[in-house]
Amino acid sequence: MALLEVENLVKHFPADRNLFGRPRAFVKAVDGVSFHVDAGETLALVGESGCGKSTVSRLVLRLIEPDAGTIRFDGRDLLALDADDLRAFRSKAQLIFQDPYASLNPRMTVGQVLAEPLALHALVPPAARRARVEELLRLVGLEPRFARRYPHEFSGGQRQRIAIARALAVEPKLIICDEPVSALDVSIRSQILNLLRDLQDRLGLSYVFVSHDLAVVKHIADRVAVMNLGTIVETADTQALFASPRHPYSRALLSAIPVPKPQAKRSRLLLQGELPSALNPPTGCRFHTRCPFAIDRCRFDVPRLLADGAGHATACHRVAELPPAEAIVPADGGFSPALERLVAAFDRRVEGGAASGVGMDGALPPAGVRIGD
Amino acid sequence: MTQNALIDIKGLRVLFRGDDGRTTHAVDSVDLAVANGATLGLVGESGCGKSVTSLAIMGLLSKQSAEVSGSIRFDGFDLLEASDQTLRDLRGNRLAMIFQEPMTSLNPSFTIGDQIIETILRHRGGTRRAARDRAIELLRRVHIPSPDRRIDEYPHKLSGGMRQRVMIAMALACDPKLLIADEPTTALDVTLQAQILELMRELKAASGAAIILITHDLGVVAEVCDEVAVMYAGEIVERAKVDELFASPQHPYTVGLLGSIPRLDRRTQHLATIEGMVPNMANPPGGCRFAARCPFVGEICLKAPPLLEEVSPGHASRCLKAPLERLVS
Repeated sequence: MALLEVENLVKHFPADRNLFGRPRAFVKAVDGVSFHVDAGETLALVGESGCGKSTVSRLVLRLIEPDAGTIRFDGRDLLALDADDLRAFRSKAQLIFQDPYASLNPRMTVGQVLAEPLALHALVPPAARRARVEELLRLVGLEPRFARRYPHEFSGGQRQRIAIARALAVEPKLIICDEPVSALDVSIRSQILNLLRDLQDRLGLSYVFVSHDLAVVKHIADRVAVMNLGTIVETADTQALFASPRHPYSRALLSAIPVPKPQAKRSRLLLQGELPSALNPPTGCRFHTRCPFAIDRCRFDVPRLLADGAGHATACHRVAELPPAEAIVPADGGFSPALERLVAAFDRRVEGGAASGVGMDGALPPAGVRIGD
Repeated sequence: MTQNALIDIKGLRVLFRGDDGRTTHAVDSVDLAVANGATLGLVGESGCGKSVTSLAIMGLLSKQSAEVSGSIRFDGFDLLEASDQTLRDLRGNRLAMIFQEPMTSLNPSFTIGDQIIETILRHRGGTRRAARDRAIELLRRVHIPSPDRRIDEYPHKLSGGMRQRVMIAMALACDPKLLIADEPTTALDVTLQAQILELMRELKAASGAAIILITHDLGVVAEVCDEVAVMYAGEIVERAKVDELFASPQHPYTVGLLGSIPRLDRRTQHLATIEGMVPNMANPPGGCRFAARCPFVGEICLKAPPLLEEVSPGHASRCLKAPLERLVS
């Protein structure tokens, strides 16, 4: 059974009000979005800035209230929960933010940051909290003695580890990761991605991974939902989507990613024009103003998200007629054998140790540590 | 290379003096040359000195806090010896820069037209009318729709991608010989990034300007650069033609970087990670600056700082173990 089921989610933000304070214009941030996330699975939400992916992630946690739609978590209707139940639910679903410099309170030590959720949800008696904080730090590859330090003493990657530890403190089943590695340098980014995957394997977590970086998404996600202007235009298994994206928007997104391979042969689908405003989205298919394949029908008829037998769903009238999506993503086999072996030398240090520590000795968590044991 | 180089940097060193009297070596003995019409990628992570290098070229570092030494020869001038007046004549004219943040690098209280026209009038003179026509032409060249109307708009009315295009139009106003682009697409969505990179390629082909592209994104480098210099802890650790660098990197740091980016053309369970941290630049280590994080480190690496030496013609690495293929054969 799905852990999280979202159906026809809608959120319109008032953008303008009349003399009497009545809204008269809306930003249609999320307009009829449906998806599900299974236990232990990673679903990625991708799209350009302003497509509504972050709004979806906040709606799912009821940090903002949806205007319409249903959200079921573990079979329970989230929108029916009262304040107490909602608080209890929040210990099952957590959020990691993009900017680790803004998301940690600078006046609290790391130990206080991690102990706060334990106290709020009354999960661990006061006497045992210190031990639990140390356990959490080890789990994310940090040294337990760091509990006495303040956030400013840490690098960006270490702060993101602290944010992850804070999310894990309440033993959630679902973590929403909103651009968790976008603010990090490439070498640090790989450490955090490895850590997230590692924690998922060990703790059976589900992730909703919000990102605009498709290479990262291909690496971490099991399934992908591509969003454009508040709607989902395509969902598929990650491998299927990257092998042959169907929706013209997905094709444009995938073909725009720069590949670190100077002679890569690929067909480019450059989008012309600007992203339309969500204040007044185009009628019909919301992509038709930028779509090279648009026909008359696309201008007035809203396409539905229809799945094939394999669960690959596309919202496009012309999906059957589009040219095959070849060479949009370059094929496997990026490195020469010698380079592959050189790169492997960088991986060897973490083999068996799982999560990698940042500049510390003895910080690797013992294998098999379970949260809450 | 050095004979026909448009810009030739030798032994560039930048020291920052803190209030407490401590010094930080932000850039150390950097040698770089870019030929007319070439694009050089300057790659590295936060704090490696790539942006400080570009600010040193532009003469934008504060004389109070930064000590700059070495030489930067550009178009017959030594930029480090040049007077402020000379630098002001060069900047925005033959030497132009695009900054990372299109949101903050335009003045919000002037129209975009005023800002482009100001540059043209300062360097080219002529009538305001003529400068305005040129500004409209420039906006058209960077594909701003209805430029004759947009020219009178304020920056807040434009999207991020449009603002970056305005910045590019402004940089191109006086047909620069060298354009420095500091992370020009980092703040933009991939679809916009592709448009801007395409635009830069187009403009380079049309004007023959040389470009120094500063970025942390190796994908962007592979797409637009002819040559690459990789920086680590204030030094250039590897320099090569772009094909060479990606096919057979000769510095372990470059190898680690290539392995740590998730790639569309490669399937891996675990990404490579570069363990440890960048050394403290107030007190850089005596030997190789990458030694503490290098899986191939040997005793010899800790003794003396390695030099940037050619491994093969045109491909230089600051590593005593190069060529690296020997290590894994």
